[in-house]
Amino acid sequence: MPSFYGVNVQSALMLGTAQYPSPAILAEAMRASGAGIATVSLRRESGIERAGQDFWAMIQSLGVHVLPNTAGCHTVKEAVTTAQMAREVFDTSWVKLEVIGEEDTLQPDVYGLVEAARILTEDGFQVFPYTTEDLVVAGRLLDAGCEVLMPWGAPIGSGLGLNNIYGLRAMRAHFPNTPLVVDAGLGVPSHAGAAMELGFDAVLLNTAVAKSGDPVAMAKAFALAIEAGALAFEADPMEPRDMAAPSTPVMGKAFLA
Amino acid sequence: MKLTVNGEAKIVSADNLSAVLTELGYGDATVATAVNGSFVPAASRTETRLTEGDQLEVLAPMQGG
Repeated sequence: MPSFYGVNVQSALMLGTAQYPSPAILAEAMRASGAGIATVSLRRESGIERAGQDFWAMIQSLGVHVLPNTAGCHTVKEAVTTAQMAREVFDTSWVKLEVIGEEDTLQPDVYGLVEAARILTEDGFQVFPYTTEDLVVAGRLLDAGCEVLMPWGAPIGSGLGLNNIYGLRAMRAHFPNTPLVVDAGLGVPSHAGAAMELGFDAVLLNTAVAKSGDPVAMAKAFALAIEAGALAFEADPMEPRDMAAPSTPVMGKAFLA
Repeated sequence: MKLTVNGEAKIVSADNLSAVLTELGYGDATVATAVNGSFVPAASRTETRLTEGDQLEVLAPMQGG
């Protein structure tokens, strides 16, 4: 099971809480997934409707770790201030740090990301940075104090899967002792299984479950795929080869020509 | 006093942040606050004086990915 900042979690699945058909289905999907970490956010609260209070009570009832995000932040100041507010509300120093740099792909602004990570780490936060598979940026994030890296699989909400398997594999090889999480872009369970087969410690997803036809079943399917992928990685998969190699022994074959 | 609260104009009579939150109905709600773009911890709300035209953000837990 993965460990982040000294905290062992029960599952390699980190599940988002947005876009579900209803709060009840969200809760059921969370339970079906077995996820140990739920991502959450902060948004404006009305003093009349107070909608966030019921949501927070429901999340607390699930007994999972919460990972607040800074989704939608485009500047270092926005992200840092949002993180400060999240730390108080959610009573955790964990933060999924997002500094968005580009609207079409929601690609992280890696320059702002590194700066915000440094500021937050110095302020006592434990930062989970949403980044790319760029090894230089990853190194800067570790220098800034991050002890987890979360490269994207594909653009947020795209469902495209692992767009750059070479880059992710290189990241795993380059940082063998750093917890790595594929965050964003996964669409189906096989994408998550593939990430785990590469040796990633966990995957973080939301839309693929929430926007499926049956979020509860899909949550369970992701959990199974992640378990299978992790087991396969531990079992040391064979090396692929370009040419065929018979699996049935040739020796002893009858001469029938 | 006129404030902008979560992007909407509000008229309040209280002048410190804690009292303004009570006046606006937040009561004991779990919220975080920022004034003019800067985070104000819960422990500092009573001593935080608001002035005409201040921008107040009141945020609460919400669904996120």
